[in-house]
Amino acid sequence: MKVRVLVRPKSGILDPQGEAVRRALPALGFEGVKTVHIGRLVEMEVESPEEVEGMCRRLLANPTVEEYEWEVVR
Amino acid sequence: MRIGVTVFPGSNCDRDALHAIERAGAEPVELWHADADLKGVDAVVVPGGFSYGDYLRPGAIARFAKVMAPLEEFANSGGPVLGVCNGFQVLTEAHLLSGALLRNSNMRFICDRVAVRVENVDTPWTSLFEPGHELTLPVAHNEGNYFADERTLAQLDDEGRVVLRYLENPNGSANDIAGICNEGRNVVGLMPHPERASDPLLGSGEGLKVFESVLQYVGTRA
Repeated sequence: MKVRVLVRPKSGILDPQGEAVRRALPALGFEGVKTVHIGRLVEMEVESPEEVEGMCRRLLANPTVEEYEWEVVR
Repeated sequence: MRIGVTVFPGSNCDRDALHAIERAGAEPVELWHADADLKGVDAVVVPGGFSYGDYLRPGAIARFAKVMAPLEEFANSGGPVLGVCNGFQVLTEAHLLSGALLRNSNMRFICDRVAVRVENVDTPWTSLFEPGHELTLPVAHNEGNYFADERTLAQLDDEGRVVLRYLENPNGSANDIAGICNEGRNVVGLMPHPERASDPLLGSGEGLKVFESVLQYVGTRA
């Protein structure tokens, strides 16, 4: 079963990577970009999707600074 | 007196740490990441580097290495543990220290020498310093920006658990924090590298006191 996990900085956590990209976009002529947040996409093939929550909490995300969501992909 | 240094794939300050331990007068012991025990050492250093290539997050994979289980047990029973740089990141990922280390606020890898102040001398790793002592230590990191929620930051301050503070904040760390300890004060994490300043040949020997401190600490407890 294919699972897609999205991990990103919690809101309010400094995201210098997103900020650097936000500042770079106008240099290419893309004006009007107000915010950029950069996260991580993890795609997995798993046998037991009920284990995904634990994988997120214990390894794929650091709950101190990141939030995550996941879905089964068809 | 034997002090262990964990070695993960991608550790690169392990030799420096072993050298510093030897200079301080203890027997350095390598602890391989796949070891199931700590070989009976009296203290452990988790060194800097890029364990497991910093994949996922710095320290996230190392935290589950085999040697970490006995290390956590050792730390939770009061054994002195020092995490330097990537080692600090490993210890936060392992929840042995609170908070997390985020990307530097200026998005740059910082390789420099910085002035820091010793804020807490009541740890096994800082006991030989004078309170408020200022010294210069090397830093070399991409994720050294200490973060914790407001409550945790207040708790660290109230309980005197900030061990080192930057005089000039290089990386955006909350409250200029360069190092902290756990509630028991036996587990310390530092972003600056005392082991890289433990020999006058390297430009400074000031960091050696960190290793001499733990030697004295273990000696007086034995």
